Amino acid sequence: MRNPLSDKVMNIKPSGIRKFFDLVQEMPDAISLGVGEPDFDTPWHIREEGIYSLEKGRTFYTSNAGLMDLRKAICGYLNRRYDMSYDPKTEVVVTVGGSEGIDIALRAMLNPGDEVIIPEPCYVSYLPCVELTGGVPVTIELQEKNAFKLTAEELEAAITDKTKVLVLSYPNNPTGAVMTKEDLEPIAALVEKYDLFVISDEIYSELTYLEKHFSISCLPGMRDRTIVINGFSKGFAMTGWRLGYAVGPALIISQMTKIHQFCIMAAPTTSQYAGVEAMNNGDADAEMMRESYNQRRNYLLNRFKEIGLKCFEPHGAFYMFPCIKEFGMTSEEFASQLLKEEEVAIVPGTAFGDCGEGFLRVSYAYSIEELKEALDRMERFINKLRGTK
Amino acid sequence: MRNTILRMLENNSRIDLHDVALMLSTDESVILAEIEKMEAEGIICGYPTLINWDKTDSEKVNALIEVHVTPQRGKGYEKLAERITNYPEVKAIYLMSGAYDFAVFLEGKTLKEVSMFVTTRLATLEDVAGTATHFILKKYKDHGMILIEKEENDRMKVTP
Repeated sequence: MRNPLSDKVMNIKPSGIRKFFDLVQEMPDAISLGVGEPDFDTPWHIREEGIYSLEKGRTFYTSNAGLMDLRKAICGYLNRRYDMSYDPKTEVVVTVGGSEGIDIALRAMLNPGDEVIIPEPCYVSYLPCVELTGGVPVTIELQEKNAFKLTAEELEAAITDKTKVLVLSYPNNPTGAVMTKEDLEPIAALVEKYDLFVISDEIYSELTYLEKHFSISCLPGMRDRTIVINGFSKGFAMTGWRLGYAVGPALIISQMTKIHQFCIMAAPTTSQYAGVEAMNNGDADAEMMRESYNQRRNYLLNRFKEIGLKCFEPHGAFYMFPCIKEFGMTSEEFASQLLKEEEVAIVPGTAFGDCGEGFLRVSYAYSIEELKEALDRMERFINKLRGTK
Repeated sequence: MRNTILRMLENNSRIDLHDVALMLSTDESVILAEIEKMEAEGIICGYPTLINWDKTDSEKVNALIEVHVTPQRGKGYEKLAERITNYPEVKAIYLMSGAYDFAVFLEGKTLKEVSMFVTTRLATLEDVAGTATHFILKKYKDHGMILIEKEENDRMKVTP
């Protein structure tokens, strides 16, 4: 029999998280700080709209780009919250989560051999999605001393005459870093100078704690060069609904919609009706969750300070990225030993790129009681390592 | 900060104040002082515990009594309300808009005890024009807490 598999697929490394996930599955009693999703249930009024749509028998396909009501609601929301303005008819496509948006944006824009700049550490899907299109991922190792922001110097050094797309992902998973308008301006200048495009994954835009989210697409000249990916999972606690969207210039969105049409058809109808409710009446829910996450963020920051664990202050998302280099272990060694000895599951930073070595991703999408117990155990573990018990 | 502390206490009056201080990035002594001030100002009125008595072997009967009142000139509702609050059987009393005036929540040991209380004490009060008694059959949610069993969440332990 011939090899049934594609070389391209076989060459893709499995997600580093997968390995750790399997390890944790064997320890059912472990406390986990390992998830990348909110601990809140979807607000009831949003769930109810989904249920109501089912009761009314709205079980048909929607148009490929998504329900017009939802596209209008998305544009209204983006305008209200972030001063972004897009045309619901031609500049929005509703996707199956932000993940699909990333995939189809890359597929719509890349030719084989085109280089895509991906600052790491970052979410796990950018790199394999680029490889699947035949593009060439070029990673930049972001520095803790720059608060894990992308600097103009780092970007310019990575640009070649094959570079076509820059992937930006702020607020960032796994570091919690945020880039402000001032931080983005020099990046945008380079994007224009070298005639590049940006895929800006802003899925955590609702979750910033010190400054309001700013989209690079709002800088002069950037609207026509940027595809913004966003969705309902993080801000509205709707991960399981699999609902996201992309907005951008019609030239690119129309081609993304074409791919979406052939591969997906349309996002789930029930989810889309719930999404309309989230966009129109969900601001207060997002606010409530943001306040709660911020309290947990403070709690962890202050606990790390007490423990003496070095951690830069994240301004967004729901992750901490503490540094464990002082212990002379790899992230994976630290995480597996912590899991074995204290039954606390934390994802090693290396799951998000090689430069995550020496860091851990600690999610605070957990109740204070869970965080407290996990941190008590972690403190005990660290004291043992330091021999100061 | 006050409202944040209040929201936290409303959900869990036994919350560890050191944790609250960490969550708000301040000192425990600041939180403590604020709480004492709010106690003195009557903003924090007490720290009762929410108990699902149905799960104990203790017999309790709860009822909501609609009370119609003919308020007298000069006295209004306050005098009568104050009087009703004095009965230890009365767990809560609210002045309502709509079809009746007071909503009185009663707790007693038996149906008979509650009925007797209504007929001999409440209904006979001067200014009370009528009552309607509704017995509470089951509590599903109380003080914002869901009392019925919830299915366990099957959230995965590690996701990207």
